[in-house]
Amino acid sequence: MTAPDPILQLGKVRFRWSGRAGFSVAVDQFTVKPQEKVLLLGESGSGKSTLLSLICGTVLAQEGTVNVAGTNLATLSGGQRDRFRAETIGVIFQQFNLLPFGSVTDNILLPLQFAPQRRKRVDAPNEEAKRLCEQLGLPSSLLTERAATLSVGQQQRVAVARALIGDPPLILADEPTSSLDAGSQANFLDLMFKQVDANGVAVMMVSHDPRLADRFDRVIEMKDIARSEREPA
Amino acid sequence: MILRLSFASLMARALTVSMTILAIALSVALYLGVEKIRTGAKASFADTISGTDLIVGARSGSVQLLLYSVFRIGNATNNVTWQSYQGIAARKDVDWIVPISLGDSHRQFRVMGTSPAFFEHYKYRQGRSLAFEQGEPLSDLFDTVIGADVAKTLGYSVGDPIVVAHGLASFAEHKDQPFRVSGILEKTGTPVDRTVIVSLEGIEAIHVDWQSGAQKPGDPTPVEKVRQMDLKPKAITAALVGVSSPLKTFSLQRAINEYAQEPLLAILPGVALQELWGIVGIAETALLAVSVMVIVTALIGMMATIFSSLNERRREMAIYRAMGAKPSTIFGLLILEAILMGAIGAVLGLLFLYIGLFVSQPILDAAFGLWVPIDAPSLREAIVLVAVIAASAIVSLVPALRAYQLSLADGMTVKT
Ligand SMILES: Nc1ncnc2c1ncn2[C@@H]1O[C@H](COP(=O)(O)OP(=O)(O)O)[C@@H](O)[C@H]1O
Ligand SMILES: [Mg+2]
Repeated sequence: MTAPDPILQLGKVRFRWSGRAGFSVAVDQFTVKPQEKVLLLGESGSGKSTLLSLICGTVLAQEGTVNVAGTNLATLSGGQRDRFRAETIGVIFQQFNLLPFGSVTDNILLPLQFAPQRRKRVDAPNEEAKRLCEQLGLPSSLLTERAATLSVGQQQRVAVARALIGDPPLILADEPTSSLDAGSQANFLDLMFKQVDANGVAVMMVSHDPRLADRFDRVIEMKDIARSEREPA
Repeated sequence: MILRLSFASLMARALTVSMTILAIALSVALYLGVEKIRTGAKASFADTISGTDLIVGARSGSVQLLLYSVFRIGNATNNVTWQSYQGIAARKDVDWIVPISLGDSHRQFRVMGTSPAFFEHYKYRQGRSLAFEQGEPLSDLFDTVIGADVAKTLGYSVGDPIVVAHGLASFAEHKDQPFRVSGILEKTGTPVDRTVIVSLEGIEAIHVDWQSGAQKPGDPTPVEKVRQMDLKPKAITAALVGVSSPLKTFSLQRAINEYAQEPLLAILPGVALQELWGIVGIAETALLAVSVMVIVTALIGMMATIFSSLNERRREMAIYRAMGAKPSTIFGLLILEAILMGAIGAVLGLLFLYIGLFVSQPILDAAFGLWVPIDAPSLREAIVLVAVIAASAIVSLVPALRAYQLSLADGMTVKT
């Protein structure tokens, strides 16, 4: 039996931000298998978020290949990459994940606006949003509230619901717990992983906090897979 | 949903956004208001005289003659002698002629001496005749017929006495010969509403004891004696003329302009009006240009508002991008936002216009005799509104382009 195709595969990637900062990052080889939960640890400023941008396809690597769910991002046009991201990847940021003026439901359904295939997989979007919220411990009375009125912990859970809706095969999370206190962190991860396991989604999460390590299938240090350098100004 | 979110985003910045919208609304209302008053003024000017082929007066400018004879604006510098008037009246190509004698006033209103033919031949607004609200035409020497505004402002009704002042804005009043209101005209929306009409003989009667603006010394002539006198006028100010056949208009005009006995001027009212538009046209254009500039200023204000909001909204744009929105979607979102602001501003401006019209209609009428009609929005106004919305979209191209670049450069991470 052959191993399933990786959901994410980076090979000989080199990327440098344009502009004066001149920060560049290089990754020789990095893979994530379907349904795998990977934690990428690294100091702040080591290029973790930059790496996620590369995987998302909001920026393109100057060299090497970024393969997501079997598609080489470099072969797609800008518009196709945006559409591909909407269809394939759920994204969770560190904080300020939500459009503060939109309702909780609006925020959860937002990615479906840009992803027709993903929308097709959801029969009744409002029901699905409600279900996800319940699973994540959010009272359904919050669904119509403006996102700005929620606590940070609640906002992060809405962000998880938004990443999960329509079952994208990969979730990227950029330090989603670092704006939460220790108690909420554990609780948040419990709820998130329960849903992630139920949906069979792969998760790549980046953090600078090694204490989260034991909950993941695999933990990788940024410095083991990537070289980053900053050109002197 | 995107539309709803974009609207919600505007609502979240309610204060600055409402200021911007208010500026657009006020500028649109100003522009439409100027346009309304302009067309209203033109229409009411053009409606003031109808059915008169020629206006005859002493030789001056044609616009001046039109203004003082019909609109009671300004004064005649010279008169037309009674002989000349009769000479013209006797011509075969003259169908009818109405003399007009101006120069006296009653309170703030002008007094016009004329003949009964005035009520028959003076026409306004596409051939409408004067009608009596109350009372009847002049019959006695000291009868007056007053316009609707005169009656309303001074609270006169039929039978009330009137004292006519000599000259305009003068305190020397012809106290000795009190006139009586015999009739009140219906509102016309023309200067007739603000005119006190008496007979030509009546004008003569009040001047019996006067010579070059001063009262003759001695006792005033008793009214009974005045009635016995020959009150044939020596001169009139102007005359309205109807020709027997339209084909004769130009030859009659030429004949009067070349009148041997005294220098006279005959004008075609329509031509003189055109000339008048030519004169006010520059001011009109300037006024319109200024109000267009006000709209442009408001739109530039909106552009600045959107621009300055971009920085605090990079997070919002990054979220959209992470969810799969194209940079062009971000671009469209900002244009949409500007269109929303422009559209709300334009509609609100239209609302302000109507509120303003309702409030100012009686004021304009009372102060300037200008009746601005309140109609449903015309196609022209609709075009202005659409143009404002389109212009909103165009000015927002600049910040939208900037947002496009920012969201491309930022990707998911917002560089601060
Ligand atoms: N949008 C951007 N444009 C240009 N340079 C950027 C941008 N985002 C990040 N960088 C550069 O990349 C470096 C690494 O940032 P980041 O990838 O966010 O690190 P981490 O997430 O590990 O803290 C930053 O110090 C900055 O110089
Ligand atoms: Mg980061």
